[in-house]
Amino acid sequence: MKILVTVKRAVDYTVRVRPLTDGSGVDIANAKMSMNPFDEIALEQAVQFKEAGLADEIVAVSIGDSGSQDVLRSALAFGADRALLIQTDSVLEPVAVSRILAKIATDEAPHLVLMGKQAIDDDASQTPQMLAARMGWAQGTFACGLSMGEGEVSVIREVDGGTQTLALTLPAVVSVDLRLNEPRYLKLPDIMKAKRKPLEVQTVEELGVDVSTKTRITHFAEPPEREPGVRVQSVSELIDRLVNEAKVL
Amino acid sequence: MAVLVVADHSDGILSDGTARTITAALELDATVDVLVAGEQAQAVAEQAAALSGVTRVRCCDDAAYAHRLAEPMAALILSLMNEYAVVMAPGSAQGRDVLPRVAAVLDVAQLSEITRVIDSSTFERPIYAGNVLATVVSEEAIKVITVRITAFEPTAAAGSSAPIEAVAAAEAPDLARFVEESVVRSDRPELGSAKVVISGGRGVGSAEGFKLLEKIADELNAAIGASRAAVDAGYVPNDYQVGQSGKAVAPDLYIAVGISGAIQHWAGMKDSKVVVAINVDEECPMVQTADYALVADLFDVLPELEEGLAQLKAH
Repeated sequence: MKILVTVKRAVDYTVRVRPLTDGSGVDIANAKMSMNPFDEIALEQAVQFKEAGLADEIVAVSIGDSGSQDVLRSALAFGADRALLIQTDSVLEPVAVSRILAKIATDEAPHLVLMGKQAIDDDASQTPQMLAARMGWAQGTFACGLSMGEGEVSVIREVDGGTQTLALTLPAVVSVDLRLNEPRYLKLPDIMKAKRKPLEVQTVEELGVDVSTKTRITHFAEPPEREPGVRVQSVSELIDRLVNEAKVL
Repeated sequence: MAVLVVADHSDGILSDGTARTITAALELDATVDVLVAGEQAQAVAEQAAALSGVTRVRCCDDAAYAHRLAEPMAALILSLMNEYAVVMAPGSAQGRDVLPRVAAVLDVAQLSEITRVIDSSTFERPIYAGNVLATVVSEEAIKVITVRITAFEPTAAAGSSAPIEAVAAAEAPDLARFVEESVVRSDRPELGSAKVVISGGRGVGSAEGFKLLEKIADELNAAIGASRAAVDAGYVPNDYQVGQSGKAVAPDLYIAVGISGAIQHWAGMKDSKVVVAINVDEECPMVQTADYALVADLFDVLPELEEGLAQLKAH
C-alpha cells in the first residue's frame, strides 16, 4: 500500500503572529517556521502503518516556497521514502492547493492520503475534503483513530458530542486530529539518512495547474486588545466584583 | 440573492448554531432557505420553519442522510446549487466536514468561520489562532461559507411558519459506511452557546478534579470546557476542548481553572466578555490577561466558590 502525506511549512505554534502596521500582511519575515503540527501527526500515522507492515511506500508532498524543503527533509527523517516539493512563492487558497494535490494524487495513485485537519496559519480546514471531492474518494475528517481493513480503512472521527466511526472504501483521504498519536522525536541518524533520500522539486508552472482564485485578503488587522485585568485577593472579592462590577452573575 | 443554509441537528433538535447561521445569512440582504436533511427530518424542518427570516425550508427526509455523511450531503447540496448564490453552514463538525466538498466540486474558494459580514462579498475571519483578523473579498460565482457561530446571535422565533417543501435525495456513490457513534448526551447547556463556561486545564489534575468544576457548573448553569492538555490527559472527553483546534466559545463569563493560557487556548475563548483565571502560577498568560485573576490553589478555592455561589443564589 502506498500512502501520500501532505506537509505544510507554517509559522511555529509558539509564535504569536501580528499584522503589519499598514495592514498589508502579517509580520512573519523573521518568524520561526516549522512543519504544521497536524501534518506531523499524519506523518507519524503513515510511519506507524509502514512499521506494522501495512504500507510499503510513503510519499511526502509539500506546496510552498523553497524553504519548504526543510519540512520535507524532516518528513524524510520521520520515515517518508521520498519527497516532492511543488514550488511557488504565492500564498495559495486551499481550493488551489486541492487542484495541485488532485494532479499529484492522479499521478501517484496512492491508496490512502493522510493530511492534517487544518494548518495553523490560515485555519481553513478545507484541503483534505476538497481533495477527496475532486478525486471522487471517501473522506474521514478529524480522525482520532485509524485501522486498516481489507480494501477499506476504519476511521474514528471527533464530532460534536463525541466520536463517530466510519468505514471508508480505499482510496480515501483522512484528515487527522490531535489525539490520533504523539509524533516521535527525530533522531540524528534518521536526519542524516534523510539527506540521501530523493527530494524532487517542480514548479507550479511546470505542473501546469491553474492556481488562481477569485478570493483575496484585502486587510490584516489586530483583534481588539483586552483592558488590563484586576488581581483579586479572595473568593468573596471575586464574587463581589462579578456581581457588582462585571454584572455577569 | 438567495442563500441556502444547511441545518445542523441531532436527536430531532435543530442546533442553536443553525439559528445563528441564519442571522449571518440575513445580513447579506438575501432570501434565506434552510436545507434540513435526515431520517425523519420533518420535526426538525418544522423547527427551522418557525425561525424568523426563513423564506422556506427544503426538507430531504431520507435514510441516506441519517448520519449526514459528507459524500451524500455534498451531493444533495450540489443538486440544489443552481438556485442559490450562497451556501452557508455553521462551523460545526458537520459544516466543516461537508462544505469544502461542495466548494471543490464548484471549484470555488471557501470562506471558513466568518466572524462578520461586511457587505455581500466582503467578510471577516480570524487567522493565525485568532491573532489576526483578515478582511476577505470573494468574487466567486457561488460563495461557500462556514460561520463562527459565537459571532452571531440566534435568529428569533417567528410568529408564523415558513413553507416546507420536500426535495428528492441526490445520487451519490457509496464510499463511506457508518459503523457506530459514541455521543455523550449532557443536560448542561451547549458549550458553543452557553452564557457561562467553566474550563479546566492540566492543573485540575484528574477526572476526579473536574468534579469540583461540575459542582460550580451546576450552580451557574454553565457548560464545562477544557484545555487541550486536560483532554489529552484523558480527564474529560475530546469535545470539551476549547481552542484553535477545538470549539470556539464566547460566553458572558469564562472561568479558566488551572489553565496556563497558551495562544491556542485563547484562540477559542478570547471573545468571552469576562474572563476569570484561577491559577497558582501568577506568571502564566491566563492570569496576566484575564479580567479577574485569583492566584490560589484551585483545590482550596473551588469549594469556597461553590459555597459562595450557592449563598448568592439563595439570596
